[in-house]
Amino acid sequence: MAKTIAEINEKIKKGQAVVVTAEEVIDIAKKKGVATAAREVDVVTTGTFGPMCSSSAYLNLGHTSPRIKVGGGRVYLNDVPAYTGVAAVDVILGATAMPEDDPKNRIYPGEFKYGGGHVIEELVAGKDVKLVASAYGTDCYPRKKLETWININTINEAVLFNLRNAYQNYNVAVNLSDRMIYTYMGVLKPRLGNANFCSAGQLAPLLNDPLYKTIGVGTKIFLGGGIGYVAWHGTQHNPSAPRTENGVPKRGAGTLAVIGDLKQMKPQWLVGTSFLGYGATITVGIGVPIPVLNEEILQYTLVTDADILAPIIDYAEAYPQRKPDVLAEVSYAELKTGKITVNGKEIPTASLSSYPKAVEIANTLKQWIKKGDFLLTDPVARLPGVESGIKLKSLEERPLP
Amino acid sequence: MNVSKKIVLHFTPKAVDKPVVSHLIRDYGLDFNILKASISPGEEGLMVMELSGEQKAYDKGIRYLQESGVEIQALSQDVTRNEERCTHCGACITMCPTRAFSLESKTRKVHFDNAKCIVCELCVRACPPRAMELHF
Repeated sequence: MAKTIAEINEKIKKGQAVVVTAEEVIDIAKKKGVATAAREVDVVTTGTFGPMCSSSAYLNLGHTSPRIKVGGGRVYLNDVPAYTGVAAVDVILGATAMPEDDPKNRIYPGEFKYGGGHVIEELVAGKDVKLVASAYGTDCYPRKKLETWININTINEAVLFNLRNAYQNYNVAVNLSDRMIYTYMGVLKPRLGNANFCSAGQLAPLLNDPLYKTIGVGTKIFLGGGIGYVAWHGTQHNPSAPRTENGVPKRGAGTLAVIGDLKQMKPQWLVGTSFLGYGATITVGIGVPIPVLNEEILQYTLVTDADILAPIIDYAEAYPQRKPDVLAEVSYAELKTGKITVNGKEIPTASLSSYPKAVEIANTLKQWIKKGDFLLTDPVARLPGVESGIKLKSLEERPLP
Repeated sequence: MNVSKKIVLHFTPKAVDKPVVSHLIRDYGLDFNILKASISPGEEGLMVMELSGEQKAYDKGIRYLQESGVEIQALSQDVTRNEERCTHCGACITMCPTRAFSLESKTRKVHFDNAKCIVCELCVRACPPRAMELHF
């Protein structure tokens, strides 16, 4: 018996919708069977909380008197440079931006203690942020310098706009070399000293809707503790990645571009993050509701950590040199035991994505929906699927004249 | 009764010039294991050690250190976790050489056992949200 999103929303409004997390639904289907579970469950909530570098906030600062056109000039927020190549007082702050005087990796490995992600966290926390701007001056925008404090509550717009979040599966990083390496997958000890992974696995949004049957452009989501929307497919969206028989990708595959009002988000779900020797970024909390429209959609949400395979990649040689070598495939169930065996060696594993926080996000979203505060949206366009033929491209260099 | 405790010794510039640790061992019959030390003549110094011996001798030894101008801090006060910043991701677990971090199997939350910490500081910089804090 198929349901529509409109029917599910009617139940949500009446407080009658059955909402469970992507973890809970596994047991429900085991006990009651898929057909009954699909009939009874209306919404399955997912969650993920991990470092997501392709995140940014755009702000409209408001106009000073006399006016200044920071567009084409320079803007620093708590000494972190923001992008100004847009209109007079719009700026874009990227999560990985670093202060110009930060030593970065000149003192190796750099600490990257404070970058764009940390500024976003402080803005969301309602703290005053120092704005320093310089401009070239025009007849209509005569001012050339500006130094002041800004606060998220007193600027016009503050919008989180992330170009690529919620990766559908990801690499497991190891180090085959003889020296310690410092990567965006954390510190990797020499000679297979440890393995780091980064996915919420069975709770991850796109692993519960592997073929993008319900998640699309316009899907309303939990974003950074507030409400957001899927704006587009994320950059590097790669539906053509190899998949298992049940459609679950075995490599990094689909991604989401997401957008939402930063003013109603919470610093607890947008955490400034530092990777030793790599850079600064932000850890983002995302939760996506999946409407159980039919049995097939429910079936996809039953995916468990044992069903999801991830590739083990050497980050000393294969990754930096863009070699396709995969050492082995391993399931999240194995990764979560705390150790895996690679090339005959048992190595300890650690996660960069927080599973307890992913559970908390899925539960929060569940409560919002149950209380009738959060209605589901019909996507206005689908994400490109396998049939689109979209493949991840590499940059093949060409000589300049 | 024997005791064994991990302590942090803060040396004032004056105390740095005295052979206090050598006195401590010779005159009070205590065993020690230096876990970390950063001491330069004429500057403030810091030493982390595990000190063990008979309770009475231990207490006397500690009193001797204090009288010599060395401030003493229990190690458990030195590396702490900022619970608000910790996201329980687990990046610290494989970094720690003494297995002070472990995953609680049911909740998958990261447990920090202060007693196992030797203040190597590896977790401090490897923690993505920088939740591990040093208090020297």
